[in-house]
Amino acid sequence: MGNERTMVTTTPKLGKYFEAYETVRAEGLEREPVWLQQLREDGWARFSAKGFPSTHDEDWRFTNLAALAKTSFRRAIKGEFLVSPAQLEAYRVAGAACQLVFVNGHFAPELSDLGNLPEGLLVCSLAKAIDCGREGCAPEGIEQHLGRYADMSRDVFTALNTALWEDGAYLRIHRGVVLDQPIHLLYVSAGTGAEIATHPRTLIIAEDASQAAIIEDYVSLGSEAAFSNAVTELAAGQDAVISHFLIERENLASFNVSTLRIEQSRSANVDSHSILLGGGLVRNNVHPVLNGEGAECLINGLFVGEGRQHIDNYMLVEHARPHCNSRQFYNGILADHARGVFHGRIVVQKDAQKTDAKQTNRNLLLSDNARIDTKPQLEIYADDVKCTHGATIGQIDEAQLFYLRARGIAEADARNLLLYAFAAECLDRMKDATAREFAEKLIRERLRELVSAVQAATPAATQEEEKQNWEEVG
Amino acid sequence: MALLEIQDLHASVDGHEILKGVNLTINAGEVHSIMGPNGSGKSTLAAVLARRDAYQVTGGRILFNGKDLLEMDPEEAACEGVFLAFQYPVEIPGIGNAYFLRSAMNAVRKYRGEDELDAMDFLPLYKERMKLLEMDDKLMNRSVNEGFSGGEKKRNEILQLSMLEPKLAILDETDSGLDIDALRIVAQGVNAMRSPDRAFLVITHYQRLLDYIKPDFVHVLVDGKIERSGGPELALELEEKGYVRAEAEVQQALPA
Ligand SMILES: Nc1ncnc2c1ncn2[C@@H]1O[C@H](COP(=O)(O)OP(=O)(O)O)[C@@H](O)[C@H]1O
Ligand SMILES: [Mg+2]
Repeated sequence: MGNERTMVTTTPKLGKYFEAYETVRAEGLEREPVWLQQLREDGWARFSAKGFPSTHDEDWRFTNLAALAKTSFRRAIKGEFLVSPAQLEAYRVAGAACQLVFVNGHFAPELSDLGNLPEGLLVCSLAKAIDCGREGCAPEGIEQHLGRYADMSRDVFTALNTALWEDGAYLRIHRGVVLDQPIHLLYVSAGTGAEIATHPRTLIIAEDASQAAIIEDYVSLGSEAAFSNAVTELAAGQDAVISHFLIERENLASFNVSTLRIEQSRSANVDSHSILLGGGLVRNNVHPVLNGEGAECLINGLFVGEGRQHIDNYMLVEHARPHCNSRQFYNGILADHARGVFHGRIVVQKDAQKTDAKQTNRNLLLSDNARIDTKPQLEIYADDVKCTHGATIGQIDEAQLFYLRARGIAEADARNLLLYAFAAECLDRMKDATAREFAEKLIRERLRELVSAVQAATPAATQEEEKQNWEEVG
Repeated sequence: MALLEIQDLHASVDGHEILKGVNLTINAGEVHSIMGPNGSGKSTLAAVLARRDAYQVTGGRILFNGKDLLEMDPEEAACEGVFLAFQYPVEIPGIGNAYFLRSAMNAVRKYRGEDELDAMDFLPLYKERMKLLEMDDKLMNRSVNEGFSGGEKKRNEILQLSMLEPKLAILDETDSGLDIDALRIVAQGVNAMRSPDRAFLVITHYQRLLDYIKPDFVHVLVDGKIERSGGPELALELEEKGYVRAEAEVQQALPA
């Protein structure tokens, strides 16, 4: 317990997290299996030893966490804020197979809609699944997967989540089961003036040859600052075809750190789509490991920032086996003083011959004060691989804008059309129609707001297109 | 009242004066052609008329339908009835060709206080016009001009012209890069649009186009000024003698 003492003396702001840990651990001692208690303890040891990273840490160079570290976020007590079904009306996904709702990290069965679930699909609260497992009616396999992929030693947020998580979704899609409609996981921040931290933990086990789409959606009901520190582990079995959607649309005072760790078996095909529209400080970690021959992944994203939003995308694509294929496409739109980061790291291990990895990051800056830092990072230990990356930074194209206006389309509408066209590139890569329509609607609404805000703030800006372009093959 | 009245127009780009006192009057129903060597300012004149803001007007005035054109934004000019068929149509990835044109038509209709067209009203007309211009149906849902051949882009401009029904259509070298069949189709499209209340300003390098679109007046623009004006026979003369000789003769004919 030496770690805890060190923590309290050196970084007093971790105190609330310590209180939360004490509570969660005490409850865990009563009802959690030993392996999980151990996992929590390891997580806490790791987090309390390291604390929040500073910008000296290479992985956090462009993102300052001072505001997060100095806020005393406390644990949410189950049921302390009441949420009515009517409040969630606006957050349903039309056509979803089911919706699981979590309020401040706690499962809310009364707000959830489990619909008519098909055979061969298990969807429930992770805490409940583990609790139930203790009494012998176990949904098998949680122990083999939970905490086995997400890397606590590298990432303190994963360590913190592992120590403090109280609930999240557990999905198991059985062998060969094909779902027609997406599963919607809604994580709601609801508080009245309280600064609350939640650590949702999601586990998705997609067995061999299964097929599904999952939407993980973060929203806030009020305007107070909240901290969501989410970790999702997705294990895709052989030939599984899975689409994962992350939607971040919390209020602009929120902190959101999310980590999606994907483990892919032979020929598994996984798409990760991140649509980041809200949140004040957002860190989006996507970390697939292509750990079976012939696996393929698509890392697709759009981030839109205005005001002082800060959106940091950290991609780590690990090729561990031969003949795998990865594609990264991230588009960013930044207005006002918004800042974006795209860190695209590709690691090709020694055995991963015939790797084909590609990365593209395109950015539109709508104001002189907006900023993007884009950083490719290739670490290649195999010799027969194809890796390319490229990034562009520019403004709205003046010739395109004039063409639209010369046909009678008002400037604001023309800008909106061009922004939408740029943003919509990510939609074309989404295979699940229901999820795509949902994403499309959110993007349209967000851009409409953005254009009217930008229009109100600045008269027509005619800036020289500044382009930075590089393409490298190695 | 003339439809378009350009008086002593001076315009520059990046501080370089390109138009150096252009005078031109166009009445409804007329077809005017502007010819002239490369770099003489033809596209600049077209861009100023379409109100592109990279082109600064440093002197003179333009009345369109009695209104001050220089006070208008590009979208306002378009809604008032100015249409520019671009010399180099712009590609716009991600915006569908049909969707774009319907948005443009609705913007113009809204400006005129007319009801918006829904897809059901729009599509049959759009398809019919595409057919007249012998355009492939598949271009309908492609992004604006993206991956179009040179000829397809020019036809797409004429398609927009025929749907938007402007008062003044400016064609900037619409003929360049077209083979003779495409030229004929494009010219037919334009001729079908001729009417007593619509005027055309046809910018071209070659007299060839004027075999198909018969102008009422021909003007020669040289170094930012209209050096000569005449009837259709002037185009033939220019074709025979070339711009340089024709100009030299004009210079000689001028009193010292
Ligand atoms: N955007 C621009 N920036 C600088 N110079 C330009 C620009 N556009 C045109 N020019 C110059 O203006 C002159 C006239 O060009 P333009 O109007 O395109 O001529 P034309 O259409 O008759 O060939 C040329 O010398 C050209 O180089
Ligand atoms: Mg020209």
